[in-house]
Amino acid sequence: MTSPTSIIAASSIAASNIAASNIAAQWFPNVAARLPEFIDSIIQTFVMVLISGVISFVFAVAFAIVLTLTAKDGLAPNSVVFNVLDKLVNLFRSIPFIILAAALVPVTRAISGTAIGTRGAIFPLVVGITPFFTRQIQSALAGIDAGLVEAAQAMGMSTGRIVFRVYLREAVPSIIRVSIIAIVSLIGLTAVVGIVGGGGLGDFAIRYGYQRYMLDATYATVIVLVLLIGVIEFIGRQLVDITEH
Amino acid sequence: MTIAHTSAAADNSTVDNSTVDNSAADNSAVDNDTASNPTATTAASTPTTTDADRAAAAASDGIQIRGLKKIYVSDDGPKTALHDVSLDIAPGDVYGIIGLSGAGKSTLVRCINGLESYDAGSLTVQGKQVRDLHGKDLRDLRRGIGMIFQSFNLMPSRTAAGNIELALLDSGLSAQQRRERIAELLRLVGLADKADSYPSELSGGQKQRIAIARALANNPRILLSDEATSALDPATTKSILALLRRLHDELGITIVVITHQMSVIKEICSRVAVIDHGTICEEGRTFDVFANPRTPLTQAFVATTSSLGKVNDLLESGSPLVELRPGQTLLKMHYISKDVSEALVSHISRTFDIDLNIIVGDIDVIDDSPLGGLVVIADGAKDRVDAAVDYLRNRNIGIEVLAS
Repeated sequence: MTSPTSIIAASSIAASNIAASNIAAQWFPNVAARLPEFIDSIIQTFVMVLISGVISFVFAVAFAIVLTLTAKDGLAPNSVVFNVLDKLVNLFRSIPFIILAAALVPVTRAISGTAIGTRGAIFPLVVGITPFFTRQIQSALAGIDAGLVEAAQAMGMSTGRIVFRVYLREAVPSIIRVSIIAIVSLIGLTAVVGIVGGGGLGDFAIRYGYQRYMLDATYATVIVLVLLIGVIEFIGRQLVDITEH
Repeated sequence: MTIAHTSAAADNSTVDNSTVDNSAADNSAVDNDTASNPTATTAASTPTTTDADRAAAAASDGIQIRGLKKIYVSDDGPKTALHDVSLDIAPGDVYGIIGLSGAGKSTLVRCINGLESYDAGSLTVQGKQVRDLHGKDLRDLRRGIGMIFQSFNLMPSRTAAGNIELALLDSGLSAQQRRERIAELLRLVGLADKADSYPSELSGGQKQRIAIARALANNPRILLSDEATSALDPATTKSILALLRRLHDELGITIVVITHQMSVIKEICSRVAVIDHGTICEEGRTFDVFANPRTPLTQAFVATTSSLGKVNDLLESGSPLVELRPGQTLLKMHYISKDVSEALVSHISRTFDIDLNIIVGDIDVIDDSPLGGLVVIADGAKDRVDAAVDYLRNRNIGIEVLAS
């Protein structure tokens, strides 16, 4: 039943596959030799970004809401809560991530059971990115016109409902925008945790590219990261376009 | 029994929206128990009630403000925003509060629905002291007071219908009832076809109409309008004011209008208070305040709506228009009382045998009475002109001899 043309097409695809793998083997010999490990590293990076991204997003939104509400001109001013949280965020933001990750090792071990590998990387990543993420979401919420909040208050809406119906809802496009920025930063941090025992692409690039002078491993990592960030930014832009009116 | 659909295009024309083919009495589309209650709608049209009656009505069912004081504490020290403000806003009033920016009018209106607190004095809405309300009680009060803003404050992420629905979410209505109420409100403001438009797709006037619909969603008895027309062009301003006037007439709703434009007061308010540096410097029926402004600020505000002041410029620049020949007198006549309905110009012309040449004229109708005046050159023998001036004075006409 197979027609001659489809045989030709199939063989040409096979030929191009062979050609592609030839080029890959030629340009990235060390990566090609460790392809399963490289792909594992990509998956590990994915998993780390996804899990720590989701967890830190939840914390960042919660902290940003608390900061917004308890600020002096907020809906529930409370200088004690505001100042404590504000200073904590600043404190953690001012510690370089590589030092923070090393300092957190005992805590990480207590929480995750291990301080190495993907599991061990999640906790320091969450601690590392949440303060930055909080500030980003906070600025997105600050972008909400005070008049909208006032109008909601004038309607007789409770503070809790204003948070969901006005602050979070109206800030959706900006929250998406700042989340992309935070995720890109988070990808950068996942490479750093490679140094202190985390897995992923950073670990791969350091172990082979840096410590064993396999430059192609570094370049392959760079290419994958650039593509990854490109895809994330593209999806982010589409989401902003859909949600913005 | 639906409210006539006024065209959305009315925003960009001076079409009078009050040309609705049904009366308030048989209007059941607006689910409002006092819409058909004659006392609610006649309160404004019978301004002859005494101050004591007004105070009593304001205390029981309107807004009564006594000795209100509000101090802002900033880094530069305390600043008094309101200093001993007392007002009676009776149910059914269209009450204007006018002042320059920074005079405290926005603070005052925000005290009414508890968006701002006050430091001393008393402010009661339908008998309830606003300062004593917290939590659910305060939210219930706010649900009974609609508010519209200069910048409309529509939620950009929601459609016109979605914005109105936002005000109905906590009202206990079912989704179906909410849809019906939204459709009814959209018809009321003449934008039934814009339900699915986002605010960014609407003109300024249309946005304000949606904001008005949203403010009326929970059948409030009071509507606060904070500079609601200040961001609109003159034609749109007129159509929005006509809509507010119509809503007042049909629903019997009390409207508090905050503005810095005297023309807005002139257009719809039955009473006006002039606020200056946190105090009320003049208060009264709109006609009386316009006819006899007492303070310099009020006089300045009134002058912005009248072209009679032009004659002073003409005199100053020595314009040939006001150059008098012997036997001529330049007179300024203006209404100071409501009960003037005679054909005075032709009457004095005939009776005293003088010629009257109108130089500047500005006559408007406020509260169904003519307001404004004329600047004329009277030509005739001196004693006859003097007699005419005396005659007018006795007829309750303000008269000034500008030059002779």
